[in-house]
Amino acid sequence: MLDLIWLLPTFPLLGFLSLVLTAGRLPKSIAAIIGAGSVGLSFAVAAIIAIQFLGSGEEYFVKEVWTWMSVGTFNPGFSFYLDGLSLTMMLVITGIGFLIHLYATGYMDDDPGFSRFFAYMNLFVAAMLMLVLGDNLVLLYLGWEGVGLCSYLLIGFWYTNPENGYAARKAFVVTRVGDTSMAIGLFLLFAQLGTLNIQDLMHAAEAQWAVGSGLAVAASLLILGGAVGKSAQLPLQTWLPDAMAGPTPISALIHAATMVTAGVYLVARTHILFELAPSVQLLVAWLGLITLLMAGFTALTQSDIKRILAYSTMSQIGYMFLGLGVGAWSASIFHLMTHAFFKALLFLASGTVILSLHHEQNIFKMGGMRKQLPVSFWSFLIGSLALTAFPFTSGYFSKDEILLAALEMDGPGLWLWMGGVLGAFFTGIYTFRLFFVVFFGENKGHDSEREYGGWNMSRPLFVLMVGALLAGFIGLPLDSVFGSHGEEEHHVSALMHGIMIAVPLIGIGIAYLFYYSKTFSVDKLMASPLAKNLHKFWFSGWGMDALYNWLFVYPFLWLARINKDDLVDKLYALLVELSRAAHAMIVKTQTGYLRWYALSVATGLVVILTLGVLL
Amino acid sequence: MESIPIEHGLILAGILFTLGLVGVLTRRNIVFVLMSLEIMLNASGLAFIVASARWEHAEGQVMFLMILTLAAAEVAVGLGLIIQVYRRFQTVDINVLSEMKG
Repeated sequence: MLDLIWLLPTFPLLGFLSLVLTAGRLPKSIAAIIGAGSVGLSFAVAAIIAIQFLGSGEEYFVKEVWTWMSVGTFNPGFSFYLDGLSLTMMLVITGIGFLIHLYATGYMDDDPGFSRFFAYMNLFVAAMLMLVLGDNLVLLYLGWEGVGLCSYLLIGFWYTNPENGYAARKAFVVTRVGDTSMAIGLFLLFAQLGTLNIQDLMHAAEAQWAVGSGLAVAASLLILGGAVGKSAQLPLQTWLPDAMAGPTPISALIHAATMVTAGVYLVARTHILFELAPSVQLLVAWLGLITLLMAGFTALTQSDIKRILAYSTMSQIGYMFLGLGVGAWSASIFHLMTHAFFKALLFLASGTVILSLHHEQNIFKMGGMRKQLPVSFWSFLIGSLALTAFPFTSGYFSKDEILLAALEMDGPGLWLWMGGVLGAFFTGIYTFRLFFVVFFGENKGHDSEREYGGWNMSRPLFVLMVGALLAGFIGLPLDSVFGSHGEEEHHVSALMHGIMIAVPLIGIGIAYLFYYSKTFSVDKLMASPLAKNLHKFWFSGWGMDALYNWLFVYPFLWLARINKDDLVDKLYALLVELSRAAHAMIVKTQTGYLRWYALSVATGLVVILTLGVLL
Repeated sequence: MESIPIEHGLILAGILFTLGLVGVLTRRNIVFVLMSLEIMLNASGLAFIVASARWEHAEGQVMFLMILTLAAAEVAVGLGLIIQVYRRFQTVDINVLSEMKG
């Protein structure tokens, strides 16, 4: 049965092909069955494989399907590598992917591009599975670019609005920066170590490179470049909020649960490289911390429900990077898994809210939705609790582990911990600000609507609610992947533990005082010019877009403008002019007088003879 | 038998060739140009004969026979062309017939 692992990406790929080749001529019901069913089949196979694999007690399993290309010593294959890490990812992708597909059959019901949507979604799942199951970096890169393409296609899904196309292009171009860095990293690794098979590569790196050697630092930095691009971390984070232009199931699947966590997976997969370069690993932690704080501040000021969730995604991935940076590999993957549950839940619930209110996304135009939208209310409540790491929800366990690992780290560990706790504080505020504003308070003119969607939209929400509550009790089989840390006893005082539990609760309390009981007024807080400017600054995402516009976009446009007539073309135009002039000169010798031709022949003969005699 | 020295023959051939060339270059009547060309051909034929007599070789004479044939063919074609040109342009002035200039 383990041999059938190649079926996993094959089902969604076949789904994609059949949907794309019929070009939307299939009836909606059949397209829905193909679209969601193919992923469901994948999940079934994944579940069986997982049970067998865990039952067999093997550390890893490799299945070579065929050799992709073979050039000298470079012969990457379509080979699948299964261990605890890829097993976790594969179950998250197919499981949560299936729920989101099911939800989307209801969400996209009245969309003319129904079958196109599922074609792209299926292609995405196939590429994502390729990414996590590939046993060499070339196959991983194929999946990596595949998910990038699908992300582009789906962000710009409603292409008739030029703004969506712009958001799609922005996401594509910004992640391309990271992808290029990653490609260079792959070239470097192959040139130095002679293989791109991940396991061989890790062993070779361990054997040949000393800790902190220049090559290890360069390679891990380049790989990190790819990871921050995909995972929307500083400095390549600007694309994620705009990516919310796509349909909401896309935001849930690609921009919350799976694709944006590919960077975390990549770093975890190549963690030996990062252990060889401690300075880069520390950089990972700081990048994660700064991103999670910046995104937290920004989320506080947003008013679009999906943008708030996008910034919170960015901030949660920041936690994962923080965990990677302090060497808590398992904890990061754990957080990835729990985050996939509760963030998918939040996004899907927000999708229901948005559809029920006829595409209203501004939270301040909602309000009092608790009675009208009970399923969304409960989904949001559970999702928000998990997101803020409320005790004994899934997010609590995973975030706790990351923060504890940070605290136990020597050197800057305490600072990282304090930053992380501060981030958790803001998570509490912005999450429950959203929650209270949308579901409590007075209704602002959305009276008669009832909750949108049938069973296919509510069932996935129920499953995800259970997941968001209980996923924290799942033990991931990651010990064999990251070296056996076992069940580590954290030697942390009760005080620290208390702080970590209390801080998000304080955040929730503050949100309660401001947005529920209105004990304090936001307007009063916003009255001072300083607060106004700060709000504007945070609202724009710390002005990163403007900064990049000044640094890259405007200079590029300027270059493009002066090069509009193509500077290089001038050189070739000069060549043409020269030969024209020469031609004009030679043309004059063709007089049409026969005597001139005869004379020149004779003269030429005389000259040649003279030369022959003289020399 | 007193043989003529080779230089004399070659000088005569050179003089004839030069006369022919000058004729080609200076004559305006196309018929005379053709005749001058014949003189040049015959000059080179004479040079072949002289050389073959000097080295007692038959090849020079064979070559002269070839030149003779060639000259005959050339005159036939050339005169035919001249007649066509005259019919068309009503002139045999070679300067007037300078249409093919760049």
